[in-house]
Amino acid sequence: MLSIDCPHCGPRDENEFRYGGQAGIAYRPETGDEEWAAYLFTRDNPRGWFHERWFHTHGCRTWFTVHRHTVTHEIRKAP
Amino acid sequence: MTHPDFLWHTPDPKPAYDVVIVGGGGHGLATAYYLAKNHGITNVAVLEKGWLAGGNMARNTTIIRSNYLWDESAALYEHSLRLWEGLGDDLDYDLRFSQRGVLNLAHNQHDVREGRRRVNANRLNGVDAEWLDPDEVKRFCPIVNVSDRARHPVLGATLQRRGGIAKHDHVAWALARKADAYGVDLLQNTEVTGFEITKGRGTAVRTSRGRVAAGTIALAAAGHTSVLAAKAGIRLPLQSHPLQALVSELLEPVLDCVVMSNAVHVYVSQADKGELVMGAGVDAYNSYGQRGAFHVVEAQMAAALELFPIFARARVLRTWAGIVDVTPDASPIIGRTPVENLFINAGWGTGGFKATPGSGWVYAHTLAHGTPHPLAEPFALDRFRTGALIDEHGAAAVAH
Repeated sequence: MLSIDCPHCGPRDENEFRYGGQAGIAYRPETGDEEWAAYLFTRDNPRGWFHERWFHTHGCRTWFTVHRHTVTHEIRKAP
Repeated sequence: MTHPDFLWHTPDPKPAYDVVIVGGGGHGLATAYYLAKNHGITNVAVLEKGWLAGGNMARNTTIIRSNYLWDESAALYEHSLRLWEGLGDDLDYDLRFSQRGVLNLAHNQHDVREGRRRVNANRLNGVDAEWLDPDEVKRFCPIVNVSDRARHPVLGATLQRRGGIAKHDHVAWALARKADAYGVDLLQNTEVTGFEITKGRGTAVRTSRGRVAAGTIALAAAGHTSVLAAKAGIRLPLQSHPLQALVSELLEPVLDCVVMSNAVHVYVSQADKGELVMGAGVDAYNSYGQRGAFHVVEAQMAAALELFPIFARARVLRTWAGIVDVTPDASPIIGRTPVENLFINAGWGTGGFKATPGSGWVYAHTLAHGTPHPLAEPFALDRFRTGALIDEHGAAAVAH
């Protein structure tokens, strides 16, 4: 189980959180089909460091970003 | 005692092949086999970074069924199931294919409606399906707890009698042996490090054992497809997650069918040797780590014990995880990519094993003709642009 450092509550167990996938996806309403499809369905899926969103469902209900390695699962603070 | 004969050779890479398949798992081996058998294309290499069938083919829970909701999926998975029914003879190998019946349990009114709808849809598509009420579930599988006081009461179940399990290692070995006999080069410990693309056209694969020119390049790399596709400059609507499974110690026969439950994320069968084979839901986060968290296994065991009180004293022998590539609509992606001559077969998510022969069949056709097999056509990458999604979250059994 991951230990995730919530910016409000401090380190807590992973099962208090919900996963939110890739961070930093900007809303793009005015685009063509190709861009719209990419915005809706395509996300980075790297083998390595990944900026991702977590939601402290069973805590303070804060959304925040962490920097996590998808092989070692090591978590760094997001820069 | 003498060592038994090897089932396939260990050749060195040739400088060029008509088709280079990247990924020596079940789908890659089946593709190679059907390229040779159905299309007479034998100048083929299967590149595998580790050993054959050492990824998800060695990690899945071997459930085979075709009871998917939509016409496109039913056609594809039923094609695969029909191939399974003759595959042991075809490959001249005992695959331990056992059509012992697959139950999908319903625990709430939504499950009941969804299950009944799926039974009707299956029948319209010529896929065998039945709806069982709780008493019928109990008769079919006596050890399931159908008490209405259970944490997860069983309100009914779908049953596909032709569904079942097979021995995954035998499937891989049998496909590899036949492909090898046709002249396919099975290249283990050969990792793809890049692709040569000239004027939008894939022409060669760079590997840890040198450059290999390719008439056609075919990805069949499951959870690692995104990583490979990125080397060719392709972004795909795939997310990779760990999917965990476990086996118990060896037990006397107690379970002679397959039981699956979407709502509580557990699916279980008993292997020939006697282990209970159980799968869980995916771990929530993206990962290539081939391991998952124990709380996922714990939740899975809690649900399994509610459904099967008899399992209470069974001990876990080992747990593991494979990396599954999940698409937004829980259906695979088969066919062309933006790079000409570079094809993909990916996104089978949590349920690729059942599709092994069907996937290989339609992918081989697609590679041989350069155009999608009719059964593969609806599963093109382009559906995410057109919006013609094939939403199988209900039938895919494991929540994504």
